[in-house]
Amino acid sequence: MPSFSAIVIGGGTNGLACAGRLAAKGCRVVVLEAGAVAGGGAAVREFAPGYFAPALAHTTRGVDARVMAGMALERHGLGFHPALATCVLNAEPLSVMRGKTTGADAAAYAALIAKLSEFARVLAPFRGLTPPRLTSSGNEWGKLARLGLGIRALGKADFREFLRMILINVADVAEDELTDDRLKGLLAFDATLGAWLGPRSPNSLILLLNQLACGPDILVPKGGMAALAAAMVRAAEAAGVVVRCNAAVARVLVTEDRACGVELESGEVLAADKVISAISPRTTFQKLVGPRHLDAGFFSRVQHIRSRGGAAKLHLALTAAPDVPDLQARMVIAPSVRVVEEAFNPVKYGEVPKAPVMEFVVPSAFEGDLASEGHHVLSAIVQFAPHAPKAGLEAARAEMLENTLAVLEAHVPGLRGLVAHAELLMPQDIEARFGMVGGNWHHGELAVEQMLFLRPLREAAQYGTPLPGLYLAGAGSHPGGGINGSAGWNAAGMVLHE
Amino acid sequence: MIYDAVIIGAGHNGLVAACYLAKAGMKVCVVEKNDWVGGAAVSRSLYPGFTYSNCSYVSSLFRPEIMRDLELPKHGLQILPYEGGAVFTEGGGYLGMFRDHDANRREFARHSRHDAEAYDRYSRDVLRFCRFIRPMLMRTPPDPSSFKPRDIAELIWLGRKMGEMSERQMADMVRFWTMSISDFLDEYFEHPVIKAYLAVSAIIGTALGPMSPGSAYVLLHHYMGDVDGNVGAWGFARGGMGSITQALARSLAAAGGEIRNGSGVESVIVKNGHAQGVVLSNGDEVRGKRVISNMDVKRTFLKHVAEDQLPGDFVKRVKAFKIRGSSGKLNIALDSAPVFPALPEGAPNLKGDLHFTDSIEKMERAYDDWKAGHFSRDPFQDVMIPTMIDPTMTPPGKHFMSCFVQYAPPKIEGREWSDADRDAFGQTCLDQIEKYSPGFKNRVLHVEVRTPRELEAEVGLTEGNIFQGELTFDQLLFNRPVPGYAQYRSPIKGLWMCGSSTHPGGGVMGAPGRNAAAQVLREAKLPNRMSDAYAVL
Amino acid sequence: MNDLTHFEVPLRQTPFHARTAVLNKLNRWGPWAGYMTALCFGDEAMEHTAIRNGASVYDLCPMVKYRVTGAEAAAFLDRLTIRNAGKLPVGSVHYTVWCDDEGRVLDDGTLFRHGVGDYLICCQERHLPWLLASSAGYDVAVREVTEEVAALSLQGPCSASVLDAAGFDVWGLKPFRMVRFAFQGGKVTVSRTGFTGDLGYELWMEPAQALPFWDHLFASGAPWGIRPIGTDALNLARIEAGFIITNMDFIPADQALREDRARSPFELGLDWMIDWDKGHFTGRRALLAEKEAGSDWALVGLDVPGNISAEGSILYHGKKREAGFVTAAAWSPSVKRSVALAQVEAKYRKGDDLWVEIYALRELQYVKLMLPVTVVERPFFNPARKRATPPGRF
Repeated sequence: MPSFSAIVIGGGTNGLACAGRLAAKGCRVVVLEAGAVAGGGAAVREFAPGYFAPALAHTTRGVDARVMAGMALERHGLGFHPALATCVLNAEPLSVMRGKTTGADAAAYAALIAKLSEFARVLAPFRGLTPPRLTSSGNEWGKLARLGLGIRALGKADFREFLRMILINVADVAEDELTDDRLKGLLAFDATLGAWLGPRSPNSLILLLNQLACGPDILVPKGGMAALAAAMVRAAEAAGVVVRCNAAVARVLVTEDRACGVELESGEVLAADKVISAISPRTTFQKLVGPRHLDAGFFSRVQHIRSRGGAAKLHLALTAAPDVPDLQARMVIAPSVRVVEEAFNPVKYGEVPKAPVMEFVVPSAFEGDLASEGHHVLSAIVQFAPHAPKAGLEAARAEMLENTLAVLEAHVPGLRGLVAHAELLMPQDIEARFGMVGGNWHHGELAVEQMLFLRPLREAAQYGTPLPGLYLAGAGSHPGGGINGSAGWNAAGMVLHE
Repeated sequence: MIYDAVIIGAGHNGLVAACYLAKAGMKVCVVEKNDWVGGAAVSRSLYPGFTYSNCSYVSSLFRPEIMRDLELPKHGLQILPYEGGAVFTEGGGYLGMFRDHDANRREFARHSRHDAEAYDRYSRDVLRFCRFIRPMLMRTPPDPSSFKPRDIAELIWLGRKMGEMSERQMADMVRFWTMSISDFLDEYFEHPVIKAYLAVSAIIGTALGPMSPGSAYVLLHHYMGDVDGNVGAWGFARGGMGSITQALARSLAAAGGEIRNGSGVESVIVKNGHAQGVVLSNGDEVRGKRVISNMDVKRTFLKHVAEDQLPGDFVKRVKAFKIRGSSGKLNIALDSAPVFPALPEGAPNLKGDLHFTDSIEKMERAYDDWKAGHFSRDPFQDVMIPTMIDPTMTPPGKHFMSCFVQYAPPKIEGREWSDADRDAFGQTCLDQIEKYSPGFKNRVLHVEVRTPRELEAEVGLTEGNIFQGELTFDQLLFNRPVPGYAQYRSPIKGLWMCGSSTHPGGGVMGAPGRNAAAQVLREAKLPNRMSDAYAVL
Repeated sequence: MNDLTHFEVPLRQTPFHARTAVLNKLNRWGPWAGYMTALCFGDEAMEHTAIRNGASVYDLCPMVKYRVTGAEAAAFLDRLTIRNAGKLPVGSVHYTVWCDDEGRVLDDGTLFRHGVGDYLICCQERHLPWLLASSAGYDVAVREVTEEVAALSLQGPCSASVLDAAGFDVWGLKPFRMVRFAFQGGKVTVSRTGFTGDLGYELWMEPAQALPFWDHLFASGAPWGIRPIGTDALNLARIEAGFIITNMDFIPADQALREDRARSPFELGLDWMIDWDKGHFTGRRALLAEKEAGSDWALVGLDVPGNISAEGSILYHGKKREAGFVTAAAWSPSVKRSVALAQVEAKYRKGDDLWVEIYALRELQYVKLMLPVTVVERPFFNPARKRATPPGRF
């Protein structure tokens, strides 16, 4: 039986980041990926003959700087195209880059983004932290105090604003500070991207702050999202990590009340001192560990980790370039706060919105080999989509696709005529394909009550779990998802610390 | 004559503040625009022989410490605990609530045996949160940005309270404060009607739906009161909610305070950055060393204080203060007791709150209508018939019915309410009741329909918001009403706030009035003789 | 009363009510788990005497009962409770407790194994949500059966003789074993269990058999002075036996409003039941940590000087420092001394310099007594007949 010092379950960016960091410190690590290639949500997929699209994520706000440097990803070939501008599609399209834009609201928007970026700046260090425990013992008080002082150092006025706004809803901020519906809609859309709440829901602004804390820019890796995962695999392997694909884990093995290895679905058994799961915490505890090794209260709370996916993924195979202002921009269709809110309303009841909002990119405008000459692929994240459609998956998918294409056609005239093939992944499809419970790409909703020391649950928020020897390292842990590797890197730090 | 304090508005908080100040020896004058006192805690006779609680309609939150300090029972206040309650369900069923624990458990068990037992655990957990939050109600919130010893001491007190909790309890608390009531209830219960009944307290008076994060806290706001130590229980004020403010007015008179009715405040007199009294709409001036406003923060500073007297940042924040009308009210005189065929004969459930919304989804959809600028097509109603218990409000055999309705927006699609809108709103509500109580409309003698427009016009609640400001974290504690001005003071010296726009917020609670009075007395270096907050169980 | 008008009878009557109501001369009833239960039928002292001298009958119907069935019933119970339910032989009973994740006791109760995959939990409090949550991932069904089972507790040195006269041969039945008898076309299960610390049996049947069975039992028991007893007499007997009761001697962890009120099996003196080797069970890791670090509290039996009951008293160390409190106390007619159960801070568990402050009622006036107490072994009263098989023919 092969034996490792650590087994990492799941070969997404977090699993690879975790494995890379551990291997760099001399651990013998194996990464077990269920799919045919590593990368998870950052992989690439041929969705129609000759058309390739990013499997799930199509942009990143940048890989965690610690991962970039620690795994020498640049040396392993990871580079990025120049940051994408955002183009708000409208009768009069508006281009936005960081806080810069044009129009009547230009100054107000710049000021707002500057303020939010300041808040994001003082919050960013928390992302690299093992979440503190809610006890007097076991915390790095010095570090926490410094971070707290960092917030206070915003100055009295901004500190008060910070406390007022930290749990506010993004709709109020948009209405209070801006007048241009295009910008208000963009703000509302960005804050709720990947979340299961509408812009009028309290606690929505902090999600935008979290994104800004990941990085100010929206990036596409050179070679596509898959190149990012590929670079991480190369870096990990260079550090000595064994990456095994098509190696789905059936269960975590436990002896003497300690995780001691895994059994693969093939029946193969691997032993290790530590088992680190970078897949969904719910799947980890419910399926791989099971109730026999866990307390009943904990196990029942695991089932209540909320993991409703509200985003659908659309892939279009196009016979020509779509008529958009800038093929290399991120396009956003979110006409107003109200439209974003109303796109969310029906999802609460398992219904499909009439007019969804969305962002899309044209990956083939960056990488020629994703479609044949002159052809293009369009990759969109469409919100909101019901995770448990009342009408059933097939009917809901068809309705969602139709509504999405109608909205797209209205903003990109002639687009429907270019569509050679369309693929829409509803949250349930995303769950089936990527193992993300509920289709939530954070492996558990990123919401205040599931953040920091509550992510995914109090007992497992410091990457360790109630089962000795078992750790979490995925997006379901602090600081959540996004293609950045932060959670995995943090988790490796905790494992090494112990 | 120069008063020690002029209080704008004879609502319950204004009167509570006035009473405490008068008892401490101050010369106090309360000015009130209406011919009656009470603000939104008022009993009025709008149909011959009938008394209406025509704004607020039930009592639980009113602090017993205040009742004691101000001797309100001696001045005629009686609180009657109510019995029962029911949600009527589509298809002719119902879920009843009973005061008897075992009867209640069996009733829940009719719908779900699991939920019947889960309810005990749920009640315990919510009570734990109440135990933590209640002591904060009658304390002035600290300013976290301040380095003053008092603020730091208060923050330390808070920190210590949290430190008393286990890691588990603290985590539970943080989750509870930030999550939606719908998600919270999902962790305990399985049956939609039970969840719908329990979610009610999380939406009353607020512009949030049961699926909005932060709504669980609103539930707590409605749970932390008590009737005679029975935490979370609600009751009627005998003679209508006006009995509370009438008792306060009598207590004030006994302490030597004055009330001037019939003319509202036109403006606050500010000289050299110092409030010196008010000018009334009839031209009279009432001079005072300090002015305490029971009006909401928007009305106070945007309508009655010259903008040039205030710092720009403050004005901006006041303008952005969220005070969204979300409710309407029907007051109905009934010729006879309504009959709800779903209820078995002799059931005590009519002596409590009656609802017709049997799922959280329906509640949330009602909220979606409000977001779009409409009143709800299938509204949520909190219906009470106080005369099932209180014999003083109508002739024998007749009844007064109070229907609190959500959601009703402050404006209809951006324009003002018209009379036709109001009538359509009223009809929607009556139709809903008729559906569960056939023949109901034939019993109606008189209906008063109040939309946010009427609430604002009569009571002066901006946008008709019953809490004088949303109860979301950005407007709670040290953020209420404006960061840096959460200690009842305003940027103008001598101008204070004591209304529900201040900590701890709305409801007929009296705590803002008492806390404001405590701060005024402290600054005036007068002893306050207030009872310490009672323990929670 | 039907399903909808249940509120008309907030306190339910047990299947034996038609008999107990006639016998309850004092009409003294109290609520117990939603049922009315006799506190005393006529004379508490005589009812206690029946427990220790002849045969007594207590109506057990309000006890909350859950039936656990399925292929993984044993595995489920092993995870739920601290004791080894898998090792419990079919036809046996054991006393057990279950804890929350923090290792704090949720309740105690008796576990009956009727078949390989068929158990009955019998306890004070309601736990359906917890049991269902605990069953996730197990091939097991949990159902509340309180109203489907009628039960009597027949206790006293003559109880075996009474059963014998009733046609139920239990002479060979050992403590914590059970046996099934035919009775009037149905079945009655007799388990050698009880809550008096004396020889005794608990009798389980379908509600429809309740009245005929009662009549048959009382007719058969007449020569031994069989009499119904109320809760007051039973409570006195259980104190003598040193048994604890949920919500009297400890607060269940899921009901405690104050977090520091919850107690672990160590703190209740029940850690002897923990099977550390059976695999994981809920609370195990917390209890293991407590075993290492030590506990905060201890439950002890006290010998109180004098003849006054120490009920509701506070305990002091060196007469000054508060050290704990009495949870149950009585003058024991069986051991002729005043005894008490108490929770004390763990460091005082040996009882050195421990004092009790008793408020003794003397003609409408309370007199304060400060008396030294001694920690003693439980049970206070422990007759050999309780264990003897076959029991003597008293």
